[in-house]
Amino acid sequence: MDIILAFLIGLLYAAGIYSMLRRSFIKLVIGLLLLSQATNLLIFTAGGLTRAVAPLVPDGEKIPPALSADPLPQALILTAIVISFGVLAFMLVLLHRSHQTIGSDDLDKMKGTDE
Amino acid sequence: MNALIPFPILLPLFTAIILMLSLRWQTLQKYISLAGSIALLIISILIFAQIESKGIQAVQIGNWPAPFGITIVADLFSAIMIIVTAIMGIAINIYSFSSIDINRQRFGYYPLLNGLLMGVCGAFLTGDVFNLYVWFEVMLMSSFVLMVLGGEKAQMEGGIKYVTINLFSSAIYLSGLGILYGQIGTLNMADLAFKIRTLPDTNVLNIVAMLFMVAFGIKAAVFPMFFWLPASYHTPPAAVSAIFAGLLTKVGVYAMIRSFSLFFVVDVDFTRILILWIAGLSMLSGVLAAATQYEFRRLLSFHIISQIGYMIMGLGLSSKLAIAGSIFHIIHNIFAKTNLFLIAGVVHRLKGTYDLKKLGGFYKNYPILALLFVIPAFSLAGIPPLSGFWAKFILIKAGLELQQYVIVIVALIVSILTLYSMTKIWAELFLKAEPSTGDNKPLLKPELSLLVPVVLLAGLTVIIGIWTEPFFNILMRAAEQLINPAEYIHAVLGVQL
Repeated sequence: MDIILAFLIGLLYAAGIYSMLRRSFIKLVIGLLLLSQATNLLIFTAGGLTRAVAPLVPDGEKIPPALSADPLPQALILTAIVISFGVLAFMLVLLHRSHQTIGSDDLDKMKGTDE
Repeated sequence: MNALIPFPILLPLFTAIILMLSLRWQTLQKYISLAGSIALLIISILIFAQIESKGIQAVQIGNWPAPFGITIVADLFSAIMIIVTAIMGIAINIYSFSSIDINRQRFGYYPLLNGLLMGVCGAFLTGDVFNLYVWFEVMLMSSFVLMVLGGEKAQMEGGIKYVTINLFSSAIYLSGLGILYGQIGTLNMADLAFKIRTLPDTNVLNIVAMLFMVAFGIKAAVFPMFFWLPASYHTPPAAVSAIFAGLLTKVGVYAMIRSFSLFFVVDVDFTRILILWIAGLSMLSGVLAAATQYEFRRLLSFHIISQIGYMIMGLGLSSKLAIAGSIFHIIHNIFAKTNLFLIAGVVHRLKGTYDLKKLGGFYKNYPILALLFVIPAFSLAGIPPLSGFWAKFILIKAGLELQQYVIVIVALIVSILTLYSMTKIWAELFLKAEPSTGDNKPLLKPELSLLVPVVLLAGLTVIIGIWTEPFFNILMRAAEQLINPAEYIHAVLGVQL
């Protein structure tokens, strides 16, 4: 399972960076989105994939059962998803506004600030 | 348990909430925001005094014991950085009084400014690597909107580059963090430091260290990853670009110093050499690129990169004196660089352009402004007795003590080149006669609210330069806390290293 996910994560990173290198702003946004998904999966995988029960403390005991899954990576991913959702919303507004102002979504035409 | 420590985060948050609710009363907004920043300064000085007397203070949020909950820690380095942040907040608030137009205010300029301060303070105070990511995002979100607020074409173009590269760096940081958690099993900085020092089996740690280095390096705009900064920092209004130039890159440097002194300490020979290379190349590339520029703020933006090189140099040398020099340079640079951006804003206010070729005659027409420019400019170049001289002196002395002659020579050459750039601005802006445009417009007078922060920051530069010794002693203690993390670990976890 780790191996499959590792390849999937690699693929997502590659796809994300490839899209970011395209000239269209929309593809740049999609690339960033893929990149953040790849990162989330990476946290999930690196946190350890174990076949175990949920870390709930049974009635009358003080600690969760010995073989329980680590809930922290999922909490991290949840936070990261929320943040990337907010950022994506901002990117879409920026896309819309910059298209209005610049009149193009070609990133090669946005060199005005580099000279 | 210390109730004061979270206040530098809570205060800007409350100020921002009040400002959001009072969005309609625009004069009131200015004063609320300024009052918030002054309160932040008072709180941060109180925190500083407490750390001075009682040592490093830590707060466990929600009373969850240390490695499990989120910890907020203030050591001397954090406390100093928060004081500086508050001073910047005050200066920028006053400067915004007359320089931010009504439309930007209506769309929430002041709440965003306070959101930015909250993110910066949070990044300086947190003791948890994931929490650091969250504060980075808080800071970035505010800065994204501040960057493009106003919707001018140049702002959009600069904003897209700024947003993209910063999100990319956040993704890299998050990847590193995920791998780090998988390997060590903790996210608390003190716990990381403890576990990494006691468990020598850390093969993947160098990979994580490099991921962190790239992520922080992009945020700090060091050598191969700086191109976004001069493409975007000169586009927003002067007040915004001044606080960006002063504070934001330094948060990256802070994170770098914190992580590479606290927990990436396994393979120091490799990381230190790498950091020194990055430092030297940042210094050189920044200052050389600046020499070709004639746009006032773009020129200064390139100088940020070369100055970041000095701060990283102290981390690369990594002796107590060098770290103290690094912190000295960060503080000096925040004051001096922001001040230069503010002066650029004043010039733009008076003449409507940032192009040095079209400007001139300022020495004749505005002699006081010339004097105010000389202080931060000479300080940046390292002329005694201003603050920049001492910062560079300490770093170079530390370099000589460790016999790293190459980086010392680079630092000295870059210092001279910086002086060249500053004299270029001086010659173009102040000495050269004003190019005649045909029409004789009457001389405008800068508003008082534009000059007050410039005077304030110039005064601080001089004060740090003249009363260096007490200031330096504090920094040496801050560096001591960074070099020997035993006290930090003890304050957070309650265990001895």
